[in-house]
Amino acid sequence: MTQAQGPVDTVIEARGLNLTFTTNDGPVHALRDVNLTIGKGEFVSFIGPSGCGKTTFLRAIADLEHPTSGTLTVNGMTPEAARKARAYGYVFQAAGLYPWRTIAGNVRLPLEIMGYSRADQEERVKRVLDLVELKGFEKKFPWQLSGGMQQRASIARALAFDADILLMDEPFGALDEIVRDRLNEELLKLWARTQKTIGFVTHSIPEAVYLSTKIVVMSPRPGRITDVIDSPLPRERPLDIRDSREFIEIAHRVREGLRAGHVDD
Amino acid sequence: MRNTGPVLAVVAVLMALWYLAVIPMNAQWERDQAARAGVEIGWAEIIPATMAQERPVLPAPHQVVLGLWEGTLGCDAVGRRTCRDTTPLTASGLAERAVATLTSNRSLIYHGWITLSATMLGFVIGTGGGILLAIGIVHNRAMDASVMPWAIASQTIPIIALAPMIIVVLNSIGISGLVPKAIIAAYLSFFPVVVGMVKGLRAPDAMQMDLMKTWSAPGPVVFWRLRVPMSMPYLFASLKVGIAAALVGTIVGELPVQEGGLGVRLLSGSYYGQTIQIWSALFTAAILAAALVGIVGLIERRVLRRMGMAA
Repeated sequence: MTQAQGPVDTVIEARGLNLTFTTNDGPVHALRDVNLTIGKGEFVSFIGPSGCGKTTFLRAIADLEHPTSGTLTVNGMTPEAARKARAYGYVFQAAGLYPWRTIAGNVRLPLEIMGYSRADQEERVKRVLDLVELKGFEKKFPWQLSGGMQQRASIARALAFDADILLMDEPFGALDEIVRDRLNEELLKLWARTQKTIGFVTHSIPEAVYLSTKIVVMSPRPGRITDVIDSPLPRERPLDIRDSREFIEIAHRVREGLRAGHVDD
Repeated sequence: MRNTGPVLAVVAVLMALWYLAVIPMNAQWERDQAARAGVEIGWAEIIPATMAQERPVLPAPHQVVLGLWEGTLGCDAVGRRTCRDTTPLTASGLAERAVATLTSNRSLIYHGWITLSATMLGFVIGTGGGILLAIGIVHNRAMDASVMPWAIASQTIPIIALAPMIIVVLNSIGISGLVPKAIIAAYLSFFPVVVGMVKGLRAPDAMQMDLMKTWSAPGPVVFWRLRVPMSMPYLFASLKVGIAAALVGTIVGELPVQEGGLGVRLLSGSYYGQTIQIWSALFTAAILAAALVGIVGLIERRVLRRMGMAA
């Protein structure tokens, strides 16, 4: 088990985490003995084939799944307490915007639910829509926007309240390559500006390597971590960094890790 | 309207088939009459005669149209005196007839209003009850397991068997008039609303529910902000079925009560062999149902368009 060089502020910590689903075909080990520490301001990607537990792990952090054993803390709290303290924003694969609300209305929704004041809501909606470069689209309805823009709106929605963790479950999985590249670039800028800690689930090796400061390689049956790679790439990353030697080396190591996990079963 | 041509063509074909059907249905009576009178008649006499009988087995379309006229602003409905006073028809004469038709118990407008009022009351009760039941079913596991089978069972009982019982029971506790009929209407119209709203309130997918959970949204917020808006398309689909069912329920409820309404016109028409009266009442009911469903559809389109959910 590779372990990150102890970052000063631990945001997410998993120790001996197990999560078993009971199904009609018997128990499924979604996560087995997962140990991981995520520090403040890190960009951590979870990569692996389907069934490796990457989404389950992210959902466990978000208190959407409940670990069977082991400990998991978020900001030093249980995931449930962290959820209630609004510690994170969650972005799903689909934007999931409400068709009956405008873009601004959608971004405002969590703020309304959390009881922010009117003025504060307006100020925040404006700020996050600026941040995801959707200025001028406040009054548009979701169907008037492209898929990529909708996903940006859903990111804005997750950023609107003061969560310092952003959890993203294959947010760009349904988008085409070109849109994806651009959104990746924007996501890095956003991360640099907001200093958030980001957990990011993906299928794509280049995406994981391009975005992350830490890449967690996982393998299925049972879902477990096979490698944790601390990226030596600088924080400032132009798109063409993907042609550099270092990038290719990391991508190679990720691929090896995935292959090793595959041979196992 | 692009579709006007084909729609008119279909209507024309149906009319032609109807006229064709009138001939064999009514021909026997003409032959019997001729035999009784001891005269020979050929098709040339029979065919026009079949379309002008007073009590035909099957009235011709124009007879039904005439029946509708007679049942609304015609002399049948408004009475001989009004007819005499307002002849020839003028604007003020028509207004006089329109007033007379509201209270004449030979008028389809009068009976239609009785049916409509019970239908609307029943529809409101049925829709309200259906929505409440659906909310219970969606939020309560016990209700989910127990209510739905009963709701389904309730619809397997023929309403024609149940209606007199409901009326007798309600009458014995002093409830009569509009309410018993409305209850029978509600009995038919709550079911599509329950089925539709259970489906509609469960329409938010797992991801949307998870999203609400990540915001720690309390139950009422999930209900009003997510479940209710998501259920709107289902609600309107159910309302269309429900309002038509309410009309059917009301007409069935009117049969044993005999206090006016289109159901009474249907029944008395059949007592006295007044087939044109039956068909006129039938068409009035159909027009009423089409109008009600149309109004619900209009509201549906407006609401869903405003919500960005137009189909």
